[in-house]
Amino acid sequence: MSLFLIALLPFLGALLPGLMNSAGRSACAGVTFTVTAVTLIGLLTNAPAVLAGDVVTAGIDWLPAIGLNVTLMLDPLGFFFACLILGIGLLIIAYARYYLARNDNMGEFFTYLLLFQGAMVGIVLSDNILLLLIFWELTSLSSFLLIGYWKHLPEGRQGARMALTVTGMGGLAMIAGMLILGQIVGSYDLSVILQNRELIQDSPLYIPALILILMGCFTKSAQFPFHFWLPHAMAAPTPVSAYLHSATMVKAGIFLMARMWPVLSGTPEWFVIVTSAGLITMVLGAVIALFKHDLKALLAFSTVSHLGLITMLLGTGTAFGAMAAVFHILNHAAFKAALFMSAGIIDHEAHTRDIRHLGGLRHLMPITFIIATLAALSMAGIPLLNGFLSKEMMLEEAHRTTLFGVPWLVPALAVFGSIFSATYCFRLIGHVFLGPKRDDYPATPHDPGAGMWLPPALLIIPVVVIGLAPFVAEPFVKLVTSAVLGDAATLPDVHFKIWHGLTPALYMSIAAVVGGLIVLALFTPALSLWDAAPRPEAKVIFDRVIGWSVAAARGIIQPLHDGAFSRYGAIMATTVLAAGLHAWVTGTARPVAYEMTPFDTISVAGWLMLVGATFGLVFLHRNRLLSLILIGIVGLMVSIGFVHFSAPDLALTQFTVEVVTIILMLLALNFLPNRTPIESSVLRRTRDGAIAIVGGLGTMALSWHYLLRDPVAASISEFHLANSYKGGGGTNVVNVILVDFRGFDTFGEIIVLSIAALLIYALTEALLAGPARAKLLNRKPDQPRAGDIHPLMMVVLTRVTMPVVLMVGFYIFLRGHNEPGGGFIAGLVVSIAVVMQYMASGFSWASARLRYPYHGVIGAGVLIAGLTGIGSWFFGKPFLTSDFTYVRIPPFEKFELATATLFDLGVFLAVVGAVMLSLESFSRLARRAHVEESEHAMDIDPSRESDPSSDTGVLRPTEQEA
Amino acid sequence: MELLVASAIGILTSAGLYLVLRLRTFPVIMGISLLTYSVNVFLFASGRLTVGGPPILSDADIYTDPLPQALVLTAIVISFGMTAVAVMLALGSYLGADDDHIDDPVQEPEDAA
Repeated sequence: MSLFLIALLPFLGALLPGLMNSAGRSACAGVTFTVTAVTLIGLLTNAPAVLAGDVVTAGIDWLPAIGLNVTLMLDPLGFFFACLILGIGLLIIAYARYYLARNDNMGEFFTYLLLFQGAMVGIVLSDNILLLLIFWELTSLSSFLLIGYWKHLPEGRQGARMALTVTGMGGLAMIAGMLILGQIVGSYDLSVILQNRELIQDSPLYIPALILILMGCFTKSAQFPFHFWLPHAMAAPTPVSAYLHSATMVKAGIFLMARMWPVLSGTPEWFVIVTSAGLITMVLGAVIALFKHDLKALLAFSTVSHLGLITMLLGTGTAFGAMAAVFHILNHAAFKAALFMSAGIIDHEAHTRDIRHLGGLRHLMPITFIIATLAALSMAGIPLLNGFLSKEMMLEEAHRTTLFGVPWLVPALAVFGSIFSATYCFRLIGHVFLGPKRDDYPATPHDPGAGMWLPPALLIIPVVVIGLAPFVAEPFVKLVTSAVLGDAATLPDVHFKIWHGLTPALYMSIAAVVGGLIVLALFTPALSLWDAAPRPEAKVIFDRVIGWSVAAARGIIQPLHDGAFSRYGAIMATTVLAAGLHAWVTGTARPVAYEMTPFDTISVAGWLMLVGATFGLVFLHRNRLLSLILIGIVGLMVSIGFVHFSAPDLALTQFTVEVVTIILMLLALNFLPNRTPIESSVLRRTRDGAIAIVGGLGTMALSWHYLLRDPVAASISEFHLANSYKGGGGTNVVNVILVDFRGFDTFGEIIVLSIAALLIYALTEALLAGPARAKLLNRKPDQPRAGDIHPLMMVVLTRVTMPVVLMVGFYIFLRGHNEPGGGFIAGLVVSIAVVMQYMASGFSWASARLRYPYHGVIGAGVLIAGLTGIGSWFFGKPFLTSDFTYVRIPPFEKFELATATLFDLGVFLAVVGAVMLSLESFSRLARRAHVEESEHAMDIDPSRESDPSSDTGVLRPTEQEA
Repeated sequence: MELLVASAIGILTSAGLYLVLRLRTFPVIMGISLLTYSVNVFLFASGRLTVGGPPILSDADIYTDPLPQALVLTAIVISFGMTAVAVMLALGSYLGADDDHIDDPVQEPEDAA
């Protein structure tokens, strides 16, 4: 199966469990299981090639400009991890089906699980390190969802947050490290990077890259000092813990260290950092694990310890160490997943995971007892089980390793860690299963159904088989190891055997087991000693650090962002001015290339009106109605300016938009106070005035400068002028740009406009449903109302002109491709015609005649535009490629048919719908407020006739509403 | 002529900025509208000022730059949508709180009880 499909299947499959949720828990688990199984089978179809030593690759260019390509590769190392991820994944899915309770949302769980699985498979298959980073971050996110799956538990939420914070921060560091690595090598492809060991290690950037990448690995794999998140992640459901912390998430960091081993390892820096971090983690984890009473916490710290062991082995930088690491990854995945699942079984059946409340379970749960005991003995390093083999290899490697010039340091610490490691394994067996049967279990434990014990039991098979016959695993482990080593080292010539003779490693093993038994015998005094000893609590420290960060962020943000818009406005304006000033001072100006064109009287007159209206607006803005009139003048003069400077399309657009904007503002002003009081101090007004004047001078200087000089880069406009007719089939270049050259922009823009209209509609709905409703109904109009609500003259005029305006709109629309016009302008013109009907004849009258809701019009517009774009796919062209032809249907003249017209129709409809929906929403507010619903146009308000002083129709709608 | 356009842009920006810094919603909306005009004209002017050369292909030998026009055309329509949303927000907050101040009310420090 193609690697793409393998990487993609879990993500596609993640859609299914949610859909199957209502079909029952078994269906949900079944579909997840099937997806994983198919992916695994797909992976195994590649097995012959991989086992033969080939590297399977697949790739497509995605963003070649920044070196980000979807290239996947499958080598023995990736194959090994992918098998672990998918294989253990299968068992976990089966186990989770029976573990989760009836009220857990199983679809959600399996969706997260598949997302996580896909991200993990992606990591191990990625050939491009940028792609790898994306999957890496995806594992952080999806594990966050999995760990926090029990949202009702505060520990779950906190644990998930902590895991995300720590691994996410590490991920950020790693992004930086990977980018440096890519810069050094000049490629982001792993296959290239792995060939450049000398280049990387000689680079001065090697140390920063190494530290940053190791930060990512250590946080993910819970290495000291980032180990603290892992135990807190145990608040997750046990299947999650078993999956994340045995074979997948925490192994991702290990995987990456192994992946990068050929180019990063072998230097003193690597050796010191990785080996000592691993060693500390191993010892620390083992000691803490012993004194944990929660079964899962014990296993969590034992995982931390074993991850430290593997890290240490990778850190030594020898081929033998790498081989031991690979072997231990395999062994650890098997026995640890089995142990987690056993712990889950105990929790599920006895309703407690506290070792102090357990004991004697061997009589009650014989199957679980056998599984857990075999797994725990393997973890302790007892011969004839697989853990013994890799542990002895570890001790052998430790024996040969000298850290900080002290030959006994590593072996001594390794033995010390192993003693505690053996002790907690023995404690797990002894204190949970052995001993007398108790009668105070929270629930009577018994062995669960096969659905729950079979998955861990299957994992015990490799534990025992490899333990008894190590040579079974040898070829595969060696194959994977050679993939880890790359060209950097050669495979050591050793064979996996149970008996190596009387080697130092054997003595160390014996010391560990015997020591373990002794420490267990002394457990009670040791525990009281441990409880009395002061030690730092990671969670407290973590919470404190987070608290500090939040306080610091707040200290910066709150003074800047205190809810005062006028303040942000001032800050923003000053900042922009400062940046502009900086650019102005430091940049170089081009020479003046044009002379100023002469003034003419009409332009000066227009300028005077514009400036007069603007100044009027500033000084008279407290009278709101007057300011609307003034801003209308400004808009009008801008439109006339467009006419003058050869922009007929802009003039038409500005003009029509001006009309609808003023209507909109009038509608709004109906509700707002119609005067603005004087509030700001003279000082403040001076300050604002100063900012405004400087800003104005700045833009003026900029435009003045710009208008007299050539642009820095050549314009692309020549292309548009040259190709408008040839390529787009239209002579109105602006329209051709809109519907053809830059049709995709236009498509986005009509969508934005539509969303704005829908937002206004939604806000209106919310207002009308909320407490403002009563206020609207009972408000007293602050202006006297007109006696004739629907003036006769206006009604007649608007109705008579409606067909004419529609005709004009149609004409403007059609001619748009060749003459000024087009969908935008036609849409605005038609909207004005429709709005006039509302204004003249009333809301009820107009909406009763409305055949299609405006939402539908908007939707139709966007759909038509989109479908026109998609249509070009059927001709093998990119989205929104246009075409045109000339046809002649007698008795008409020859005319042009262009697909762009269809697109423009979409624009037209979207504009009409959006404008009308906005205005209609506003007028709905008005309608509810004070106008009696009337089907009769041209009516006269009777209440005004009888009592001119009273306000009209204030009470009646209220009664109707009530 | 260039001076007229440049100064018009400057004056529109000035007035717009001043009104945007006012304390009530309505003048702020007016200010945003003025800023919209100035930005649109500024963008338009980046195609230089041409009299009598509309970008309609004909026998003429000069055409103005069509590209800024196309950009400004959609900007005008979009700015209508933006103004409408701003007005709606202003209206909603006024109807909801009976207050058309644009700034949040100054909050007392929590420990100042």
